[in-house]
Amino acid sequence: MTRVRNDYVLYGAIGVAAIAAPFVFPSFQIQLSFLWLMILFAMTWDIMGGQMGYNSFGNILYFGVGMYVSAVVQVGLFYDVAAYTSAAGANIQSFTPSQFLWGLALGMPVAGLAAAVLAAVLGAGMLGLRGHYFAIGTLGLGILAAELAGAWDYIGAGSGMVPPLFPDGLGSRPRFFYFVLFGIVVAAFFTLRWLYSGRFGLAINAIRDDEDKAEAMGLHTRRYKTVAWGVSAFFLGLAGGPVGAMIGFIDPRDTAFAGTTWGVFMVLMAILGGKGTIWGPVIGATIFHVTQELFWTFLLGWQRVAMGALIVLIVVFFPQGIMGWLRERMPERFGHRVEDSPAGPGD
Amino acid sequence: MAEALLEVTNVSKSFGGVIANDDVSLSVPEGRIVGLIGPNGSGKTTLFNSIVGFHPIDSGSVKFEGREVSRMRVPQIARLGLLRTFQQTRVYGRMTCVQNMQISTPPREEGLRDMFAKARSGATEKAEALLEFVGLYQKRLLFAGDLSFGQQKLLEFAMALMNEPKLLLLDEPTAGINPTLINGIIDRLKRANADLGVTLLIIEHNMRAIMNLAEHIYCLAHGQLLAQGPPAEIKDNQRVIDAYLGAH
Amino acid sequence: MDNIQILIDAPSLALQLAIDGILIGAILALAAFGMALVWGVMNIINIAQGEFVIMGGYATLTLTGLGIPPLLTLPLAPVVMFVVGWIIYRIVIFRVVDRDLFISILATFGISILLQQLINQIYGPDIQAVQSGLTTRFFFDDALRLPEIRMLAVGIVIVFGLGLAVFLKSTRMGRAIRATSQNPRAARIMGVDTDKVYATTYALNAAICGAAGSLIVMTLVIGPFSGIVYTVRSFLIVIVAGLGNIPAVIVAAFGLGAAENYAGFILGAEFQVAFVFGLLVVIIVGRNLLLGRQRKYLK
Repeated sequence: MTRVRNDYVLYGAIGVAAIAAPFVFPSFQIQLSFLWLMILFAMTWDIMGGQMGYNSFGNILYFGVGMYVSAVVQVGLFYDVAAYTSAAGANIQSFTPSQFLWGLALGMPVAGLAAAVLAAVLGAGMLGLRGHYFAIGTLGLGILAAELAGAWDYIGAGSGMVPPLFPDGLGSRPRFFYFVLFGIVVAAFFTLRWLYSGRFGLAINAIRDDEDKAEAMGLHTRRYKTVAWGVSAFFLGLAGGPVGAMIGFIDPRDTAFAGTTWGVFMVLMAILGGKGTIWGPVIGATIFHVTQELFWTFLLGWQRVAMGALIVLIVVFFPQGIMGWLRERMPERFGHRVEDSPAGPGD
Repeated sequence: MAEALLEVTNVSKSFGGVIANDDVSLSVPEGRIVGLIGPNGSGKTTLFNSIVGFHPIDSGSVKFEGREVSRMRVPQIARLGLLRTFQQTRVYGRMTCVQNMQISTPPREEGLRDMFAKARSGATEKAEALLEFVGLYQKRLLFAGDLSFGQQKLLEFAMALMNEPKLLLLDEPTAGINPTLINGIIDRLKRANADLGVTLLIIEHNMRAIMNLAEHIYCLAHGQLLAQGPPAEIKDNQRVIDAYLGAH
Repeated sequence: MDNIQILIDAPSLALQLAIDGILIGAILALAAFGMALVWGVMNIINIAQGEFVIMGGYATLTLTGLGIPPLLTLPLAPVVMFVVGWIIYRIVIFRVVDRDLFISILATFGISILLQQLINQIYGPDIQAVQSGLTTRFFFDDALRLPEIRMLAVGIVIVFGLGLAVFLKSTRMGRAIRATSQNPRAARIMGVDTDKVYATTYALNAAICGAAGSLIVMTLVIGPFSGIVYTVRSFLIVIVAGLGNIPAVIVAAFGLGAAENYAGFILGAEFQVAFVFGLLVVIIVGRNLLLGRQRKYLK
C-alpha cells in the first residue's frame, strides 16, 4: 500500500504548491492560469486520442462553444444579447460583482452541459467513423465551428464578442481566474482517475486495442465512445467561460476556436507527455507550457514552426512520450507491475 | 423435435463473382458440439462471418433461438449470446490478461450504472478461475500482446467463456497450438460444453481432434454442403475424402 | 434564400456559376489525384496535402518575383514541389509508411502545421495572388465570361489525368507502383524497391499539388492558412469518387466546384468554406450510416 500513500503525498504536495503559487509569484498568475488550461486541454484530448485511440483534431470545438455559451448566458441574464454584441466595443455594459458572479456560476455549467450535449449529438454520427475518417471529420468540425461563429451576427460574427468584464470589488482578477481554472483541472483529474480505474477505462482501452473485437464481444461500444467524448467536451466547455472572461475578448478564430494554436497544442502536449496515461498529459502540458513561456520568445516567431517540427519528431522518434519512456527506463517505479505470481489455486 | 439453437437455412454469399457459400443449411441443437470441416477456401470462415453479422448475406436465413438475426449487426448478435473467436486471434494487446477478462463480462448484464463501476470482485474471481481453467493463471498480469500465439488463442477462448455465450463459434481452436497441448484443448472444449453448458460450433482442420470432439459434422467444399453426419460416417464418406485429397 | 430566385430568373448567371465552379473543380481534381495516389499506394492520408498545394502557389509567386513570366512557372512549380516532396519523404514519411495509422495521421498533421507556419513566417499572413497575364473571353453578348487561365487549367488537368493513367499503366515505375499498392511485401520479395516507389509516389503527389497551387495562385488567392480546406476538398473528392478511378475523380471534382459556387452564392460568400466542411461531415457520416445497414464500415 506504499504506492497509494505516495500518491496522496504527491497530491498534497502539488495541491499546496498550486494554492501557494499565485501568492508567491503574483506576477506570473496569468501564465500559471494558462498552465492549468493547457493541462486541461491535454487531459481532455487524451481521453479520446490516448485512452480510446480516436484522434480528434477538432476538440477545440467544445472549448469555443463553451466560451460563447457562457458569455451569452452571462450577458443574456441582464441584457439583450444581440444589442449587446452589435454595440461591441462602443459602450460595453458594466456588470456588478454579484451579476458577474451569478452569470459565471450559471454560465459555466450551462456551457459545459451544452458542449457535452453537442458531443453526444455529433457523436451519434461521428463516432461511427474510424481512423482517417474520424481524424479528418473532426478537423473539419473544428474549422466549421470557427467559420460559423465568424459569420453569425448574434454573437458578433467576425468582429468577436466582449464577455462581461471582471468588475471591481472581487479582489485580484488574475487570482480569481487562476483558482477557477485550477478547480476545473482538479475536478477533471479526479473524474478521469475515477473513470479510468473502473469498467469505463477498460472499455475504452479495449476499443483502442481492437474495436472489432470489442464489438464481437457485444460491448456497448457506442455508449462508451459517446460518454468519453461527452466528458471531454464537458470539461472543455466548462473552461471556456472563465478563459473568455479572463482574456476579456472572444475572437472566433483566435480565442474560441483557435485550431492552429490551442487545437494543435492539445495533441502535441498529450503525445509529448505520453498518450494513454493519466500523468502523461499533465507532464507534457507542464513541460510544453514552461518551455514555451521561458524560451519561445527567443525564437522570434519561429516557435509555431518549431511546434510542427516537434509534433513530427515526437510522433516519429518518441511515440511513447515521456511517461512511456520512464516506464521503459524505470519499470520498477513507473512500469506495469507484474506481482509475484504464486501457483494457481488448482495447480 | 424442438427448434435448434442455431438454424442456418439456404444461406448464399458471394464476393464479386466468387461464390463463397452456396445454399448452405445447417443446424446446431442446444447443448451439442457440432463440427464444420472442409478444405481451405471452402467457405467455412465466410459462413461464420455471415452467422455473426460481419457481412450481409445475399439470401437465406439465420435464426438464433428462433429469432432472425441475418439483418442484425455484430454487437447486437453478440449480446444475444452468439459469440465467435477469430482464426487470427484477437485480444486487447495493451491490456493485461485479467483486464481482458474483466471487460469480457456478459453485456446482457451490463446496465448504464455498470459503465462507471469498478470491476466487481465476483467478476475478478471468475476471470481468474477461467484463466486457471485454460492454464494462463500465471500469466494473468502480463500484457495480452506479449503472449505467444497459442496463449493468445487460449486467452481468447477464456474471454469467450467469460462472456457466458449460449453458442460459441470457434475458428480453428487447435491451429498454431503445440501438438502436445491439443489434447488439453479438446478436453477443455468438452468441459466447457458439459460443465458450462456452452453449445459449440467448431471449424477444425485437425481431423483427429474434430472426430474426437464433435457429435455431428458438416463438411463444406467449394461453398456447398458436401456431407453431414456423425463423425464415423463422415470419416468414411468417399466424397469427403475426395474433397480433401483434391479429386474433383 | 432570395438568391435562389435570382438564379432561376437569370439562367445565364446560373450557368456562369456552374462553369466557374467546374473550372475551379478541375484544379481541385489535381490535388485529389495526388491524394488518391498516396492513399492507395502508401495507405497514408496526407493531411499536409493542402499545404503542398499552397506551396505550389508560393513557388509560382516567388519565381514570378524573380522575373519569370507566370505561365512559365506552371511547369517549374511542380519540379520544385517534387523535390520538396522527395525531401519530406526522405526525412519523415519513410519512417511512418509501415507503421500504424495513428502515427501516419499525426505525422502528416505535424508536417501540415510545420509547413503552414513556415509559409507564414517567410511570406507573412497576407493573402496573395499572381496575375497570369492571360485575358478573359466573353461569349453570348458578354453574358458569359471565361478567363483563359481557367480554361487552361481544365486542359492541364486532363493532360495530367491521362499522363498519370499512362504512367501507371505502361512505365516500369508505374507498374512497380501498382504492384506495391496491391501488396507491398510481395512486391518487395519480387525485387521491387518499395522504398523508391514510395518516395516517387510521395514526390509525384507533391508535384501534382504544385501544379494545382500554381494554377490557384493565378485564378484565386492563397494564404498560409488556406491549405487545410484543400486537404478537405481532395479528401471529399476521393471518398466520393473512390480510389483508383481517375474519370470519377474528375467528375466529382467538377461537381464539388459547382456545388461550392452555388452554395457560396445562395448562402453568402462567407459561408462557402463552412459549406465545404459541412459537406465533408454530412458525406462521411451519411456514407457510414448507409454502409452500416450493410454491416460494413467506412474504411
